[in-house]
Amino acid sequence: MDKGKGVMGSNARRWAVDFSDNSTSPSSRDVPDPPGFSRASIDQDDSTLSRQKKDAESNWKAQKAWEVAQAPFKNLLMMGFMMWMAGSTVHLFSIGITFSALWQPISALQSVGKIFEPYKDSRVELLGPKLLFIALNLGGLALGVWKLNALGLLPTHTSDWVSSLPPAQEVEYSGGGLNLS
Amino acid sequence: MAIRVFLIVLLFLSFTNLTYSLYEDQVGLMDWHQKYIGKVKHAVFHTQKTGRKRVLVSTEENVVASLDLRHGEIFWRHVLGTNDVIDGLDIALGKYVITLSSDGSILRAWNLPDGQMVWESSLPGSKASKSILHIPKNLKADKDDLILVYGKGSLNAVSGVDGEVLWKKDFAGESIEVSHIIQSSDVIYVAGFADSSKISVYGLNAKNGELLENNHAALPFGTFGELLAVSGDMFVVLDEMRSKIVIVHLKNGEISYNQKHISDLTKDLAGQPVILPSRLPGMFALNTNSYVLLIKVTNQGELVLVDKVNNGAAVSDSLSISEDEHAFAFVHYGDNKIHLSVKNVNDWNHDLLKESIVIDHQRGKIDKIFVNNYVRTDRSHGFRALMVMEDHSLLLVQQGEIVWSREDGLASVVDVTTSELPVQKEGVSVAKVEQNLFEWLKGHMLKLKGTLMIASPDDLAAIQALRLRSSEKSKMTRDHNGFRKLLIVLTRAGKVFALHTGDGRVVWSILLPSLRKSEACENPVGLHIYQWQVPHHHALDENPSVLVVGQCGPSLSTPAVLSFIDAYTGMELKSLSPAHTAAQVIPLPYTDSTEQRLHLIIDDKQHAYLYPRTPEAIDILKHEFSNVYWYSVDADNGVIRGHALKSNCIQEAVDEYCFDFRDLWSVVFPSESEKIIATMTRKSNEVVHTQAKVMTDYDVMYKYISKNLLFVANAAPKAAGEIGTVIPEEAWLVIYILDTVTGRILHRMTHHGCQGPVHAVFSENWVVYHYFNLRAHRYEMSVVEIYDQSRADNKDVWRFVLGKHNLTSPVSSYSRPEVIAKSQSYFFTHSVKAIEVTSTAKGITSKQLLIGTIGDQVLALDKRFLDPRRTVNPSQAEKEDGIIPLTDSLPIISQSYITHALKVEGLRGIVTVPAKLESTSLVFAYGVDLFFTQIAPSRTYDSLTEDFSYALLLLTIVALVAAIFVTWVLSERKDLQDKWR
Repeated sequence: MDKGKGVMGSNARRWAVDFSDNSTSPSSRDVPDPPGFSRASIDQDDSTLSRQKKDAESNWKAQKAWEVAQAPFKNLLMMGFMMWMAGSTVHLFSIGITFSALWQPISALQSVGKIFEPYKDSRVELLGPKLLFIALNLGGLALGVWKLNALGLLPTHTSDWVSSLPPAQEVEYSGGGLNLS
Repeated sequence: MAIRVFLIVLLFLSFTNLTYSLYEDQVGLMDWHQKYIGKVKHAVFHTQKTGRKRVLVSTEENVVASLDLRHGEIFWRHVLGTNDVIDGLDIALGKYVITLSSDGSILRAWNLPDGQMVWESSLPGSKASKSILHIPKNLKADKDDLILVYGKGSLNAVSGVDGEVLWKKDFAGESIEVSHIIQSSDVIYVAGFADSSKISVYGLNAKNGELLENNHAALPFGTFGELLAVSGDMFVVLDEMRSKIVIVHLKNGEISYNQKHISDLTKDLAGQPVILPSRLPGMFALNTNSYVLLIKVTNQGELVLVDKVNNGAAVSDSLSISEDEHAFAFVHYGDNKIHLSVKNVNDWNHDLLKESIVIDHQRGKIDKIFVNNYVRTDRSHGFRALMVMEDHSLLLVQQGEIVWSREDGLASVVDVTTSELPVQKEGVSVAKVEQNLFEWLKGHMLKLKGTLMIASPDDLAAIQALRLRSSEKSKMTRDHNGFRKLLIVLTRAGKVFALHTGDGRVVWSILLPSLRKSEACENPVGLHIYQWQVPHHHALDENPSVLVVGQCGPSLSTPAVLSFIDAYTGMELKSLSPAHTAAQVIPLPYTDSTEQRLHLIIDDKQHAYLYPRTPEAIDILKHEFSNVYWYSVDADNGVIRGHALKSNCIQEAVDEYCFDFRDLWSVVFPSESEKIIATMTRKSNEVVHTQAKVMTDYDVMYKYISKNLLFVANAAPKAAGEIGTVIPEEAWLVIYILDTVTGRILHRMTHHGCQGPVHAVFSENWVVYHYFNLRAHRYEMSVVEIYDQSRADNKDVWRFVLGKHNLTSPVSSYSRPEVIAKSQSYFFTHSVKAIEVTSTAKGITSKQLLIGTIGDQVLALDKRFLDPRRTVNPSQAEKEDGIIPLTDSLPIISQSYITHALKVEGLRGIVTVPAKLESTSLVFAYGVDLFFTQIAPSRTYDSLTEDFSYALLLLTIVALVAAIFVTWVLSERKDLQDKWR
């Protein structure tokens, strides 16, 4: 992991040669072009090649984005299965499942931008996958809430609100009884 | 939501263990038990033989006991029933203890060493009379040692060996009040008065009870008090004017008498003289108000005054120390000391013993004294004296010192209240009881050893000892959990004790001066004890105080006595002797600025007197004037009346603290069909957590929670007596639940074929009561729960979410809410002496009923067993909700006796006090014995158990931290190696 990071990181470099420098103006370079080297023709070739490459890349990115967007569906199915397994009584397992079912969509929704960051491209339409991703996660969330309710942990009944109410004060006070002794 | 989770967790916990139970080694950790015997009436020493020296006593609590003479411990003890009053106690045949009880109708013999009952014989009779137990020395009839018993109007000669009645002579026909049985060789003389002026003497053959002679003599005047025998043939008695002493002389059955004026014996006679009932040969003691006169009767019947004792206290019976020497003891007071003198009856000038003893003046005066002698090594006589004090305690005095003492006043607890202990102040050292760190560690290391099962038997014993005498539980400061409190008990002797809940020791005691006999107050009795002042705001520098209410005599018309006692120091702060009586005391739910609780004392003329007598209290009461009600239960006439405050009293003397009442309502029960036998209300300090009861389908029932409810049980007049006196068709029990503000009857129910006695307990919105079902020949318990229907339409969740409901706004009884009641009945095996319910600080914890059974034990029964929702086949949801399938009888699970192996002999009452810890309730049961424990009806869900090993926890944490550190170091090292590779 550390090694990979070392390559990717750019701050630690002392020096670098930029092989992709393709500016045409000779003034920008200190060194003149070698004899017989025509810069213009290469540029031509390069641009067609890179367009092709870029098309392929954006296609790939779009495909990947859709794949990522659909990923929660599998999750959803698994969650559903787990919930079915957990049953409808409150115990450690079912509470754990339910809370993870609630937490996963929420955390996923929070990081929608981050998840689709690698596929960001001016030519790739990400709105569709994003919407699908959000919808599926909301579905997961709904499933979690439904499970929570099925477990009876949502205050949807009157009893949930009343049981914490203290008894009403009485206006009158009465004492007495049988005579002492 | 959180509550539901919590409740469900609770439910699971309660499912796992339905009963409250205790391990063997937990006995004595949180509970204590104290054995008492009560105020001693008779004492017989048994010291002749070598071996254990003992004293046999019978007491006013109907206890017969054998006490160790060395330490005062109980060898054995039997508590007879409340109606089985012991009249006589003696030793027969040198091996049996004979008791005569129940007005002379039951004679029992107990084995002297171990207290096993040897025989019992019933001596029926028709006439109520005095009962006399007389065990003659060497009187035999056909080789049987005779025991002579006079009771129920007849004289019985009972064989000492097997209790068989050998002969019987009935005196019911003659109008004689037998007061003496005298035995001379083979003739038994029975002497007594008829109509207080006619002396009769009957001579009977000791062998067969044949009447030999019968003599009468009429005195020309009436007599006062009892006849006292001064020798075998001489009696003294006072005449009816109490000015003359009459000496009655029997000579071979002939009766002669002479008389002498008391003023001839002593010049300064004040007050009314009384002959003390001490049996002295040839002497008697006459008590005038200021002196005790010791008067000798010569053989010729002349009276000689031998001594005059100032501040006299008590005179013992005589004791035969040798052939013809008799000694007796008397005590008198002087310079804060008690002077005990033992004298020879015949040799007055010579003291056998003269000692001065300092006795705590909180024990009061000496009530009774019993002496016993022993032979010293130098062959002289030594004496020990058993003293019964005014506070009912028992002391043994020997060689001028108190050898042991027993606080037997605690056997007759009248009322109990509690007080918090002082707050632990900063800077105040409690080092005396505080353990140091080293000991703490040592204790925990021991515990750890125990947990890891590496402790040796010695260690185990040390662990157990450490647990039992944990200094933590007996500290004199308030604890975080509220387990340490003071139990303030009022005893019949008028003494107030403060007992520490940790170990049951007496923290302080005070013999209330206002509850001692005085001229203004002849027979004072303590009635109740109330919390007077409970400081919260100034808990650090103010002490709580309690109010003791008493009256100057057994009847309601005697004036009241009020006494205020500091709960920490036991000092009497002040005492009042108001002119009014105290028929009822109503603690009001208001306190003044010093946190003194307002009390209304209602006298027998239906005036209410406000206490404390301060203008501020009047202002507070005036402010709440229209909201204070009062009801009175007239059980004799079957009427319950409601009253409201009206105005200041209209009396000659203006008293602005006195108020009149006006009658508001009355409930008159038909006297031909109903008689009030029991009433019960809720405890005024009970805390209820919620007003809703959630049903299985998330539906809500609203409890009808009101403090102004009264449960009344009425029986058919014919069936008001004992069980078995009526047939089922003539018996019925009608129960009512009344509102005591408006007089409205909320619920009425009839149990046909049932009768009392009814014991009931009222808590929250339910009442549980216990009675006898004549048809089923079994005891039954019923539960009634009351629900408020007028709130039932509060069903919309949104109203609660937005807070738009009025469920918590104050309610008035006059709003007449519609209520419904649900009830169910179950059989119950035991008859019951008392029922109480656990109370906790916030009322969240589920409740248990504490049932004082006839076997003097306390049984904890979950309220869930008494739930009207129980059905034979509960649904799955109902089962999950903790509803137990309905059975016809309530189970008695032997592990749920909170008194475990102990008995609270003569159980009379159970008191529950909430601890600060919500799960725990403190229980104090009193009778002849005292018992205290802590119970947790839903287990201690909010605290670690007492045997939780902190050392193990600490050790685990240390081990984990060490492991984390080690693995971290190892992984760093490995990482480095990887990088260099």
